[in-house]
This record gives sequence, C-alpha cells and structure tokens, in this order.
Amino acid sequence: MVEYYGTDRLKRGLAQMLKGGVIMDVTTPEQAVIAEEAGAVAVMALERVPADIRKEGGVARMADPKIVEEIRDAVSIPVMAKVRIGHFTEALILQSLEVDFIDESEVLTPADEKYHIDKKEFAVPFVCGARNLGEALRRIAEGAAMIRTKGEAGTGNVVEAVKHMRTMNEQIKRVVLADDEELIVLAKEWGAPLYLLEEVRELGRLPVVNFAAGGIATPADAALMMWLGSDGVFVGSGIFKSNNPRERARAIVEAVTYWREPEILAEVSKGLGEAMKGIDVSKLSEEELLQNRGW
Amino acid sequence: MMVTIGVLAVQGDFEEHMAMLETLGVEVKDVRLPRDLHGIDGIILPGGESTAMTTIMLRRGMWDALKKAFEEGLPAYGTCAGSILLAKDIGAGSDRVKPFGMIDMVIERNAYGRQIASREVFLEEHELGEDEPLHAVFIRAPRIVKVGPAVKVLATYDGDPVLVREGNFLASTFHPELTDDYRVHEYFVKMVKGEV
Repeated sequence: MVEYYGTDRLKRGLAQMLKGGVIMDVTTPEQAVIAEEAGAVAVMALERVPADIRKEGGVARMADPKIVEEIRDAVSIPVMAKVRIGHFTEALILQSLEVDFIDESEVLTPADEKYHIDKKEFAVPFVCGARNLGEALRRIAEGAAMIRTKGEAGTGNVVEAVKHMRTMNEQIKRVVLADDEELIVLAKEWGAPLYLLEEVRELGRLPVVNFAAGGIATPADAALMMWLGSDGVFVGSGIFKSNNPRERARAIVEAVTYWREPEILAEVSKGLGEAMKGIDVSKLSEEELLQNRGW
Repeated sequence: MMVTIGVLAVQGDFEEHMAMLETLGVEVKDVRLPRDLHGIDGIILPGGESTAMTTIMLRRGMWDALKKAFEEGLPAYGTCAGSILLAKDIGAGSDRVKPFGMIDMVIERNAYGRQIASREVFLEEHELGEDEPLHAVFIRAPRIVKVGPAVKVLATYDGDPVLVREGNFLASTFHPELTDDYRVHEYFVKMVKGEV
C-alpha cells in the first residue's frame, strides 16, 4: 500500500486538531505537566519565555535539545519548539528530535535578514507569525501549515494581537469582494502570491488555521481573540509569569472553549491573582518591537 | 426522516465535521454544555486532543451528561481523539484521558508515532459499499490493538482495525472530515436514522 508522509493535508491537519485550544510556552518538564493537566492542546518548549528574553537581552536561540527532549518525554500532547527566522539548521535539529511542530519565530533573534526557511522541504509542519494578510500568505507560500498573529510577545498587552487579527479580517473582507483585476493590485500592494489570494477569496478565510499570539494574559484576552475569529490561542509569558500559573492556565483553557459565555468567563476570571505586570507597547522603541522582525 | 446531529465542540476539528454534515443535508448543532444535548439524535466526537477534551468536559458536567446519554442510546461517532474517548480500554499511561467505554476495544494513543509518522493512505479493505478505496488520514493516530467479539470491523489498515462499530457506536482512528470522502459520515447518518 502506498503511504504518503509530510503532505500539506497532514501538516495543516495537525493544526486543525489544535483548534479551540490553548498552546502554552513552557521551559521545564514540570511546567509542561502543569500545562497538560490544565488542558493545553500542545506545549511550546523554549529556554526563556518572551518576557525574560525581552528583559535579559542577548541573542535568543533555539532551546537546548536536552530541554526539548525532556519536555517532549514529559507529556503526551504535541510538542512545538521555536527556531530563529531563517535558521534551517536549527529546524533540521528539531525535526530530528521529532518535535511535532516548529515555530519560525520573531521572538528569537533572526538568523537571516532576507530569507525565511523554505518550509516545504520539511516533513514537520511549521507555524509562523504574521501582522497582516500579505505576510501570512508569504509564509504559507513558503510552506507554513499554520499562522499566528505576531502581536507583541512578552508584553502581556493584547493590543498588538488585536490589531493584527483585525487587519487580517479587514483584508480578507476586501479580498472576498475583489474582482480579478483588483486582486492583482492587492497582490502587488501586499506582496502576496496571487494564487493564494484567489484561494482566500474562495474560502473567505485563510487556507490554514490561524491562532492568536503575542500579549494574551487573561481569560478575557483569550475570549476576545476568539470573538475576533482566532482558531485558538498561544499563551507565552502570560501563564508562568503570573502569580498562579495552574489556575490561570485552566481559566484560559475554559475561556477558549466558552468564549461566547460571559457568565463562565466571569466565573473563571475570579480570584486568579495578579496577571503578569505588562508593558505599554506604545512606550517601546522601534528596535524593541519583536513584531518588526521578519517581513 | 430529518435528523439533528450534534458535534462535541469543546476542542478539536469540530467545524470540519459540521461542514461535512451540512453538505449531507443534516441539521447540525455544536455541543459544549450539557444543555446543548437537548434535541440531538446523534453526536460526533471530533479529532483533537483527548486529554484536553477530557479535562474540559469534566469541569462542567459534560462528561457525566454524555455518559448518561450514551447509556440511554444516543448514537455516537468518534474520530481519532473521539475514538479513544469511546473505547473501553486505553492501555497504560493515559491517566489524563477518561474514556466513556462504549466500544469493547483496546486502543493505544499515538501508537504509530509522533507527527513525523502521520500518514495518508487509501484503504482497499473496507465495507462501505463501493469499490473505491477509502481515503484515510492518520494524524498522531491511535491504534486499535484488540477488539471484543461484539465489535464489527468495517475497515483495516495493515491488519489493524481502523473503522469499527459496536451497536450505536462508530469509531475511526483516521479523519474522513479532512478529505472529500463522505462515506463514513453518510454511514453514521444512516446509523442515526436506524437504516444500517
């Protein structure tokens, strides 16, 4: 019997299985277990959460393979890990460790200022960040099987994730109403491949799963992103930088299932203690903005 | 006969199942809380993470409500994670998954390997009527290692049962909802209507 491996359907399919779920950043096997117990659909293995990367500075790289393996072996849910933009050797290493998903992430220090990874060459699926439809479609053309908003990681401030999701929604609406000659103009303006714009016009949405990420800190933030059309949510620093990670993780998981039920959101938000402190994004300089990495 | 089929929507690819059922002309309802079980004639447990689904269902009475509905005869079809939830025995090391135990089978989670071992195949060995092979998408799929005498095997892959039925309960370790192959869903709709 012929068996097909690493097809687009399989890569995008795994992302579809994660829908309606929360993917949590973890730095230790113990945190990974807490995430799984709280109902996370996957964990993102990394050495430092974005808030610490922001604070400590220096070059942020792929996590130590030993940490990735320990986290991988601690849980039964899918394990993701981050590589630097353009660093395909880090991606080959993670693929050899059999991680389930690779995040080519602006949270780490970019390794290539011009090229992103040619993700079609990999059997493992990739997720990439995007601020708008053109960026999302460029990543999909390179082989990304899943998109997430970039937001502004490590700030605990949802404003940028909202902006990116709203921008994508507005642009998708424009595409749906565009006729053929307008679509070519949009392809030029946004730097988006025409064949993918045509696909978006037909589907009325991105051809891959689209999660929210970058600044989600509370159950209400998570529910807001679901209302805006996110398929699910990544929470980075928001959980393990808060006072009560276990309870907060559970609450955000419930918020992503019951985003249309304000009574449940109120209940799960009660008494969670302090969320991560957070940063006013407008006070950050251009150089401090992680979202400007990649193009 | 018009039927309404619910799709468990606590987590997973429930939208894909709903779209497939809508194409088949069935009334569809998403099910997140016990109150949503009212008025449905059958339910699909989608693909996703069985640990997350269990955790979420246990918190708001959904698990108990579904178990009771199954015992009272509500037909169900589970894909992948959903098939794990319908099994009687999920082997070792899965203490964060609480299955409903409606199909007499032993099923092991992620038994074919991690994502890199996920695969698409066209199954020749199946009993869904037509000669066309069945398009089967396995994603971090569980493996049915043993079935009881009352379980009917409707398709196999490499000797393993991958589509099974016991009474009102149907389970596949693959994802027809990710393909254009409607036959398993059609079969389930017929099951709900009492035609097969």
